[in-house]
Amino acid sequence: MSAIPKLAPRAGVVERRASILAGLAALVPPAALITAEDERRAYETDALTAYRQIPLAVVLPETTEEVSAVLAFLNREGVRVVARGAGTSLAGGALPTEDSVVVGVSKMNRILEVDTANRTIRVEAGVTNLAVSGAVSHLGFFYAPDPSSQLACTIAGNIAMNSGGAHCLKYGVTTNNVLGAKIVLMDGTVVEIGGKALDAAGLDWLGLVVGSEGQLGLVTEATLRILPLAEGARPVLMGFSSAEDAGACVAAIIGSGIIPVAIEYMDRPAIKVCEAFAHAGYPLDVEAMLIVEVEGSEAEIEDLLGRITAIAQDFRPQTIKVSRSEAESLAIWKGRKSAFGAMGRIADYMCMDGTIPTGQLPLVLRRIAEICAARGLEVANIFHAGDGNLHPLVLFNANEPGGLEKAEECGAEILKLCVEVGGCLTGEHGVGVEKRELMVHQYTPVDLAQQTRLKSAFDPAWLLNPNKVFPLEGRVLS
Amino acid sequence: MSVLLPASEAEAEAIIGEAAAARAPLAIEGGGTRPTGRPVQAERTIATRALSGITLYEPAEMVIAARAGTPLAEVEAALAANRQRLAFEPMDHRPLLGTAGEPTIGGVAAANVSGPRRIHSGAARDSLIGIRFVNGRGETVKSGGRVMKNVTGLDLVKFLAGARGSLGLLTEVTFKVLPEAETETTLVIAGLDAERGVAALSAALGTPWEVTGAAHLPAEPGDVSHTVMRLEGFAPSVAYRRERLAAALAAFGPAELLEGEDSRALWAAIRDVRLLAAPPGKAVWRLSVPPMEGPAVGRRLEAALGSRLLYDWGGGLIWASADETGDAGAAAMRAAAAAAGGHATLVRAGPATRAAVAAFTPDPAPLAALARQVKTVFDPAGIFPAVFDAA
Repeated sequence: MSAIPKLAPRAGVVERRASILAGLAALVPPAALITAEDERRAYETDALTAYRQIPLAVVLPETTEEVSAVLAFLNREGVRVVARGAGTSLAGGALPTEDSVVVGVSKMNRILEVDTANRTIRVEAGVTNLAVSGAVSHLGFFYAPDPSSQLACTIAGNIAMNSGGAHCLKYGVTTNNVLGAKIVLMDGTVVEIGGKALDAAGLDWLGLVVGSEGQLGLVTEATLRILPLAEGARPVLMGFSSAEDAGACVAAIIGSGIIPVAIEYMDRPAIKVCEAFAHAGYPLDVEAMLIVEVEGSEAEIEDLLGRITAIAQDFRPQTIKVSRSEAESLAIWKGRKSAFGAMGRIADYMCMDGTIPTGQLPLVLRRIAEICAARGLEVANIFHAGDGNLHPLVLFNANEPGGLEKAEECGAEILKLCVEVGGCLTGEHGVGVEKRELMVHQYTPVDLAQQTRLKSAFDPAWLLNPNKVFPLEGRVLS
Repeated sequence: MSVLLPASEAEAEAIIGEAAAARAPLAIEGGGTRPTGRPVQAERTIATRALSGITLYEPAEMVIAARAGTPLAEVEAALAANRQRLAFEPMDHRPLLGTAGEPTIGGVAAANVSGPRRIHSGAARDSLIGIRFVNGRGETVKSGGRVMKNVTGLDLVKFLAGARGSLGLLTEVTFKVLPEAETETTLVIAGLDAERGVAALSAALGTPWEVTGAAHLPAEPGDVSHTVMRLEGFAPSVAYRRERLAAALAAFGPAELLEGEDSRALWAAIRDVRLLAAPPGKAVWRLSVPPMEGPAVGRRLEAALGSRLLYDWGGGLIWASADETGDAGAAAMRAAAAAAGGHATLVRAGPATRAAVAAFTPDPAPLAALARQVKTVFDPAGIFPAVFDAA
């Protein structure tokens, strides 16, 4: 196991497990309460599988009222709660503690209301990201945030982590696309914020709750913005002989006034692995590749792709390949979207998630290569080049003693580097348990104290997801 | 009444720290062009105008940072020189409120000031990506930064945006920016009533043609109503979408076109609510409701208060006048907004009315309790204005 310390259990809670389970059993139907060890084991980890901990119990409520009753009871009993969506967090956001009850929203997965005239949809928070778009696509609408895990991940998790995706350059991230929420506080109080209007009264509670990683309350319902689907979309794939050229090309595209719907960057190792997996027709002889996608009518797409490829000529492109069909577009995106799976076939890897000022890309890539080489590890880089969100995939061998620790050291050095050049520790995956102890590199003690005091106002006893986000040492509570 | 003008964060920390120790309230002011809400009872005002200057502008990264007291005009001029802009099109409150002075970029952030393009590109809070502020303990706190994707820790950026100085004094703000549009065109359909007008806006906003402004201007005496929709972008794209949109809205009547400067002037007038600026003696309210509820809310206000109205945001933002007598229409405005699932804010009224009528819709009980606790977290001595506290 690795170096990230565990939070000490609350005294006496594990010992009181039987009475806590009996209390829960009185609040929810039998099928909603999971107590057997082999069934609880399914909830011991998320997509950060290096960390595992079986919880005291798992509750899967079907209504907001059940969530409220469960939280009120656990609050009275002084029992910790770890909220869980689909368990796809790459940062350990859903990792339990041994003295916690996992409250999952997976059974709360109904679409409650579709309102295309007001361009909103109201859903229970356990609905998957893709199901939201699926509920409105036949009406010509979609839900914009599109994290790679969108087939499985829930709106509850998206709200907790303020999830992004490849298309947020144009459409924003979760916080820009949520209009209302029903939230259960740790004492069981249910609060409703916002709705179908474009803003809410008073303080921006919604802005605070989105991205709060289950520290403030559990979201059980949400009202989301839906947007009209574009007439069409097509990418161009461009290869360059250096990170400098590719980065300068991105700056020139943006400087020309074009906001593509996505600009994805892959370096040579990433291209190689993805091409071997997806046979997308990626160029293997380039150092850097951009996938730039634009939207609109056929004529608009032609016009924009023409402007973009003309701009690219100034940066010595080695390859320019404009997609000419739906099939070519799918192949180009298949390579990119399968990057993580493709990487997993050749090695264990850690997916990092820093953000950097885009102009720092060449420097940061050089330093990342040095950091990994110093520990004998390889790295592949995928980058949302329009918004600066960088995903280095650090490859390692989990079976080699110390392999994971070496990869974690690289990861920590890389994220510190992101902060050093003016960026941040996490662009879309969240802090979770993974980056908790790194927060001191981005924030001063004063910054952190402001955040932890705010958490205390919502959750005075720190029962909600307490092993996450804030470094264990030095938590200022009031 | 004295005005304190810190020229650095350190000076702001000292002023606020001393005020907290003495439990002496402070009013907070940017350019002083948007006085909304209860006049603050404080001997001293801390104003940001000496905290001025753009601190970072990277056009290729679409990001600009400035100290809070920087004039908005200075920020917009720097952006315009690089053919960029603040996407959320901040309203200038001076024509409506009859105020003078220079709006500041910090004031825009603190009051979450947005304009017609909010319907497409988000509000000020959606473009705000980083802040520095001094809390009520006299400590400088940062949240967010200069990169547009950042989920590190609690998002105090959004929470302070629109908090109107109740939680802290913003000292520096960082915004994501977008390119200016090469061209713009506005489609105008004349003679629709509010129901048909908002239905036309909803139909337009449901198309893929990226409407960036959607307003309904009811008939003034001697004129007809105008339902207006803005398209922006590269010229060939705007030309194409203009044709398609006009065809899609044919059932609502023929669309005339306003181009270039005429279009820009129209949207500036809508943004600044110039329609309701005169006569100056009337109270002006801002109601935010689900867009399709707009016409029904408007009808109620016309019937109850004789309000003149302006619908923006596809019907979801209603500007409404009322006589400044009694509660200045508060009960009727609040009831109409609440029935529709929205809220109402008193934006313009004289000091006596503002002292007597709560400007902001009060929070329901559980949120009000939370708001009081949160206020204490940021401002334990209670020296900053309790803006949203109805009491």
